[in-house]
Amino acid sequence: MSPTDGSANPGQNPWGLDCNEFVELVTAYLEGTLGADDRVNFEKHLSLCGSCRTYLEQMGLTLRATHALHEGDVPTGALETFRKAFRSWKR
Amino acid sequence: MTPREVSGRAAGHHAGAVPGTAPSTDELSLIASLRRGDESAFAELVRRHGAMLQRVARMFVPSDSVAEEVVQETWLGVLQGLERFEGRSTLKTWIFRILVNRARTRGERESRTVSFSALAAEECQADDPAVGPDRFRDAAVAYPGHWTVPLPRWGDDPEKWVTSQETLQHLRAALQQLPPAQRSVVTLHDVQEFTAGEVCEALGITEANQRVLLHRGRSKLRRALETHFEKRGAMA
Repeated sequence: MSPTDGSANPGQNPWGLDCNEFVELVTAYLEGTLGADDRVNFEKHLSLCGSCRTYLEQMGLTLRATHALHEGDVPTGALETFRKAFRSWKR
Repeated sequence: MTPREVSGRAAGHHAGAVPGTAPSTDELSLIASLRRGDESAFAELVRRHGAMLQRVARMFVPSDSVAEEVVQETWLGVLQGLERFEGRSTLKTWIFRILVNRARTRGERESRTVSFSALAAEECQADDPAVGPDRFRDAAVAYPGHWTVPLPRWGDDPEKWVTSQETLQHLRAALQQLPPAQRSVVTLHDVQEFTAGEVCEALGITEANQRVLLHRGRSKLRRALETHFEKRGAMA
């Protein structure tokens, strides 16, 4: 059950992190802003915990779906109205 | 990679070594043309940002027509503020800052003039875990802090499920229900793909707060999708 490689922070959490700590670091991990030690512990936990792998996958899916909202609304782009605004502003 | 390739790839709105910190030369000449009253420069500005402004405004207000009004007010604000624009941010982030402020006053009924940075700080202070503490084992049992129940995946083809029109509709509703600062950060960063620096500039918030708001907002959207998936499973 407990990992034996002991690569990062020997004597500390054998899981690298607990799951409730893992979920708070996911955004920093995805954005590449996690510090080196945290990243080692994060990836160690990831290799050991199936639920947290699912969690990370779901955050990635959420991110992709959120970006897909980009294509939803079709803007009307009333350039003519803006032109009028511009002309009246110029006066 | 040669410098030519780099500049080729960076062509567009993110040009420059430090994206989102100052107007690019391209923007500076556009600003100069606008100040001279060059109408084609204005048309160029609308062409570049009009569609994105409309989409972002729509995240804050209940209808397309109100969003359109907000965008028009924004353009007027841009024209009126042009003389005072000091070039301490990019033109793009300055325009979005005007937009978000107008959209927020229209969207929320809070005409109380709380600054965006104060709002952001407020949302960052509250205790707001990514996942409710009841989902994790408590300190009195083995493996404290680990999932109480293994986390189920979102079906056999989560990729397909998550990008279905029905799921996206729920996600859009969930985004609109996020607290305003989280909604703004997620909208600009994840929907419109602003860089973290551009988001900070557009909203006038610190990088530390930007990171917290992005994390909290995203975590809530994941939870909303999870809830939606569970309900759907219960109905099937």
